[in-house]
Amino acid sequence: MIQDKKAHKFGMVIDLDKCTGCGSCTVSCMSENNIPFKEDESDKKDSITWMRVYRLTNGKSFPDTQIAYMPRPCQHCGGKGGHGHSPCVSVCPATATDYGYDTGIVSQIYTRCFGCRYCMGACPYHARYFNWWDPVWPEGMEKYLSPNVSPRMRGVVEKCSFCYHRYQLAREKAYYDGVDEIEEDAYQTACTTACPAGAIIFGDLNNPSHRIHQIVKPDPHPDPLNHDVVGKSRNPKVFRLLERLGTNPKVYYMSEREWVRKLGDNYLDGEWEKVKNHYGSASHD
Amino acid sequence: MKVDRRSFLGLGLGAVAGIAISPVGAKLTDDSSIWTQNWPWTPVPPDGKITYDQSVCTLCPGTCGISVRKIDGRPIKIEGQDTYPVNNGGACLHGISGLQYLYDPSRVKTPLKKNNDRFEPISWEEAITLVARRLGKIRENQSPETLACITDTNLGSVAGLFAHFLAAFGSPNQLTMPELESWLALTAQTLHGPGRTLGFDLDNADFILSFGAGIIEGWGSPVACFKANSGRRQRGAKLYQIEPRLSNTAGTADRWIPINPGTEADLAMAMCGVLLQENLFDPEFAAGFRGGLNRFNAMVQQKYPVDQVAAVTGISAADIKKTAIAFAKAKMPVAVPGKGRGDGAQSLKEFAAIHTLNCLTGNINKKGGTFVKPVPGYLAFPDPVQDAVARDGTAKEKLAGSAQELVTKIHRSDAPVVDTLFVYNTNPCYTLNNPVQTRAAFEKIPFVVNFTSFMDETAMASDVILPISTFLERFEDVPSKAGFAGTVVGLARPVVDTVFDTRSPGDALIHLAKTLGGTMGKSFDWPDYKTCLKSLVPGIWKDLSKNGHAVASQGPPAGRVTTDFAFLAENPPTMQPQGDDDFTLVPIDNMRVASTVPASSPFAIKTVSDKVIKGRDMFVEINPRSATGLADGGFAIVTTPGGSVKVRVNFNEGIMPGVIGMVKGLGHKFDNKYVAGKGVNVKELICPVIEPGSGLDAAFGIKAKILKA
Repeated sequence: MIQDKKAHKFGMVIDLDKCTGCGSCTVSCMSENNIPFKEDESDKKDSITWMRVYRLTNGKSFPDTQIAYMPRPCQHCGGKGGHGHSPCVSVCPATATDYGYDTGIVSQIYTRCFGCRYCMGACPYHARYFNWWDPVWPEGMEKYLSPNVSPRMRGVVEKCSFCYHRYQLAREKAYYDGVDEIEEDAYQTACTTACPAGAIIFGDLNNPSHRIHQIVKPDPHPDPLNHDVVGKSRNPKVFRLLERLGTNPKVYYMSEREWVRKLGDNYLDGEWEKVKNHYGSASHD
Repeated sequence: MKVDRRSFLGLGLGAVAGIAISPVGAKLTDDSSIWTQNWPWTPVPPDGKITYDQSVCTLCPGTCGISVRKIDGRPIKIEGQDTYPVNNGGACLHGISGLQYLYDPSRVKTPLKKNNDRFEPISWEEAITLVARRLGKIRENQSPETLACITDTNLGSVAGLFAHFLAAFGSPNQLTMPELESWLALTAQTLHGPGRTLGFDLDNADFILSFGAGIIEGWGSPVACFKANSGRRQRGAKLYQIEPRLSNTAGTADRWIPINPGTEADLAMAMCGVLLQENLFDPEFAAGFRGGLNRFNAMVQQKYPVDQVAAVTGISAADIKKTAIAFAKAKMPVAVPGKGRGDGAQSLKEFAAIHTLNCLTGNINKKGGTFVKPVPGYLAFPDPVQDAVARDGTAKEKLAGSAQELVTKIHRSDAPVVDTLFVYNTNPCYTLNNPVQTRAAFEKIPFVVNFTSFMDETAMASDVILPISTFLERFEDVPSKAGFAGTVVGLARPVVDTVFDTRSPGDALIHLAKTLGGTMGKSFDWPDYKTCLKSLVPGIWKDLSKNGHAVASQGPPAGRVTTDFAFLAENPPTMQPQGDDDFTLVPIDNMRVASTVPASSPFAIKTVSDKVIKGRDMFVEINPRSATGLADGGFAIVTTPGGSVKVRVNFNEGIMPGVIGMVKGLGHKFDNKYVAGKGVNVKELICPVIEPGSGLDAAFGIKAKILKA
C-alpha cells in the first residue's frame, strides 16, 4: 500500500441551479453500492437511498412559486474544528464508523455495527439508514451485484462512503502504475460520473489544482464568527447545510438563488440578513 | 456423602474458578460472535477481472452510448459512454438501471401460447409454425391486408424488417405508436415536404421558447437535453417555458409562463401574427415561403388577434407581444414543440404553428437554430419479392393514420377489421388513451402475435408471445431521433448471453418468413439478423463495428428550405378535450417514471417521491386555491368521461388553478410487485379525440371533476 504524502480531504460541491432532480445520482449510487429495493419504497424513512434528492420550494404561492432540487449524500463531517469528531463517529460504541484522517471520509464497517442506531440519532442530515430487513433480490437479479461493496444484512446501519472502493481501486492502480498522486479523474464517485447535468463536482479540497478547491475556495482560517467552523467557502454562491453547528460537512452546495441558499439552515427573523454576505475570514479583512 | 457448609462453598468456588479458567466459555462466546457475523443468506458476489463493453441504450428515443462494467463476463453496472456523440458520458436513471431489466420478474422466458386465458410454454419451432400457419391461411384467402403491425418506431432496421415483412406479405397496415419523432417528421413533411424531420440545436441557441417541452423531463434525447440545459445556464442563453404546471423545466427556466392547457396552438398562431405585423420576420428566408403567406397572415390577424388569444390562453396581451418580440429579436431563437416528453396526445396544428415561429425568424439550418434535415437514410433494404397477392394487398388503402385510429376503428366495427396483428416492443393496451377500449379492441382481433421482452398489459391480451432479447442481449442499429440536432447511428451489441430462451426480433422474423416460404422466404434471404444488418448498412458497417457508432451529420444541414403555409392558412380546428366539467386533467411527465416500454425498473420506482406514490395510492396535484373541500394528503375521487378513480390530493402551488395534474406511467397491471399495482394509469381517464386529416389523437388532457372521497 502506498502512503499518501499529504492528507486528502475529499469533498463535493453540488450546483443546485444545474440539478434537474432527475434521480440519476440516486440510481447510480444504488447500482454501484448493491443497495437493495423492496416491494414498497414509498415510506421514505425506511427506504435506503445513500444519495437522496429533496425537493425545495420558495414557499410562495402561484404564480411566484419556484422549485429546486437538492441531492443529499453523507456530508462526511469533519466535526468541530475539523478534528474528525463527526457527530456519528463520536457516538458509535462499536467503532463501526470512523473518520479517515488521510481522506476525510467517514467510514462504515458493517460487520462491526450492531445496530444501536446512535449514529442515526446524532446525524443532523438524515444521511444514515438502518437495515430493518435482510436484502432480497428477485430470482437471478443478484447476478448484477458488485464484488467491490459487500451487501449488507439485517440489523446494521449503512450510508454513503464517497464510493470508497473506487478510491481503493484508484490507489491500487496508482501503485501499479508507479504514480505518486491519484489524478482528479481517477477517483470520482458514482453519482458524480452519472449526473447528466454535470451538477456534481468531486475532488480533493486540499488540492488547489482540483476543480472543487477552485470553486469552493475553502477558508484556511476558522470562521471568525464561530471558531468551530472551518473550511467555510469564500465563494458567495456556495454554502453548507446547518453550517453553524460546526459539523463541517465536506459536501458544499452552490446556487445563485438567494432563497435556495437561505434554505441551508433554519434562520430566525433577521438572522439571514446578518450572515448572508458573510463568507469566511476574508470578508472581515 | 454429607454436604456441609464447607464442602458446598468449596464446590461452589471450585465451579466458579473452573468456569472462569476453562476455555469453553471464551470459545462459545467466540463461536457465537463468529456465527452472528455469518450471513449465509446475504449474497457474496464473486470477484474477478474487470472489463468494459461499449453499446447503445434503446430504452427510450434518446439513444445514448453506454459502457457496461463486467466482472468475469458478468455485467455489473451501466454507465454513460464518454466518447459517444449524443450523451458524452452522461446517463439517465433508466439507462443506469438497465441491468434490472435482464432479470425483471415480468420477463417472458420462453415462447407462450394462450389456451383458454392461460399461457402455456411452447418451443420456438412450435410458436413459429403456429404463426406461419395462420399467416398462410390469410394469404390463401387472398386478404393479406388483414395482417396489421404496430411497432414502437419506424426508424432502424428492426422496424424496417417489419415493414419489409408486411410489404412482402401484402399489407399496407404498418403503424407506429405515437412518439416525438413521428410528430416532428409529420410537421416537417407538412411544412417542408416529405422525407424530412426536425432537429433542434439546443446546445447553441440563445433563446429557447418551449411550448411545454420538458427539456429536463425526458423530452427528446434526455441526457443530451440535460447537458444542453446546463450549458445554457453557463452561456447565459434564455429559456422561456410555457405550460400550465411548474415542471422541473419551468423551475429551471428564466421565465415560466403559465398557460391554459391545450391552448398552445392559439398562442403560437398569435405570436406568428405579432411577428408578421411588426415585420419581424426574416425576408431572406421568406423568399422560400409558399402556399400563401399573405393568406396565412390575413387569417392569423383575423382569427388570432392578441386580445382574443389572451383570453383563451390566460396570458396577458402585453406578455404575448413582449415574448414574441423578444423571441424574434434574439440572435439564435428556437421554438420547441412537444409537451412533456413529446409523445403524448397533441395536434399537428400545434406543432406546425410552433415550428412556423422558427420559420418566420429564419433561424433554420443555422448554428443554434432549428434543423430541417433528411430522415436518416442509411438503410439499403432490397425490394421485397412480391407475388400477385402481395401486390394487390399493398395497393389497398391503409386502414388508419395512427395506432389510436386503428384501435378506435376495430373497437367500433362489428365485422373483423384485422385478422392478425403483430405488436413489436410496444404496449398499446397501456400507453394509448382509454386502455379499457384498447383492450376490448384487442379482444376482438382473432390473433395477436406479440414480439416482447415483458409480460405487460398488451402481452396479456395476445395469443402468441415471441420472447425478444433485451437491448443488452442482441445486435441492433440505433439511429438518433426525437429532435436531436445531429444524426448519429449507434450499434447496440450483446454484452451478455441471453438469460432466457429469447431471440432477436430480426431472427424471429427471418425464421417466420423462411417457414412461410415462397416469395416471403425469398424476401428474407438472410441466414440470420446479424448478417442481414451487415448487408443493410454497407456504407457504415465498418464504422459501426469498429467505433460502435457512425456520425451521419453534425452541424446545420446544407441546402435551401421552402416552407408551405397551405396547411395552417386553412386554420385547421383546435381539438378540444372531451367533457364539460370545470377542471382539466392533464398528464404529467415525470423523469423518474417511464411511460412507455419498458415500464419503470424497481430502482426507478424507488426514487419516486412519496408525493406521487404512497403505498398503492397515487396523488394528483392541484392548486390549493381551487381545491375547495379537499384536504392536502386526503382522498378524492376524480371523474372524467373516461372513468372515475380514487386518488390522494397533493397541494401544489406550482400548478394553475383549475388544472389537475397526474403522473403518467403508473398503475401497471402485470406481475411485478416492485413496479405494478401502484397508483392509476392516467390514460384510463382520458378519451382520445382524433384530429381529422392527421388521424392523430390530438386533445391534451380531459375535462374532469374532483370531489372529496
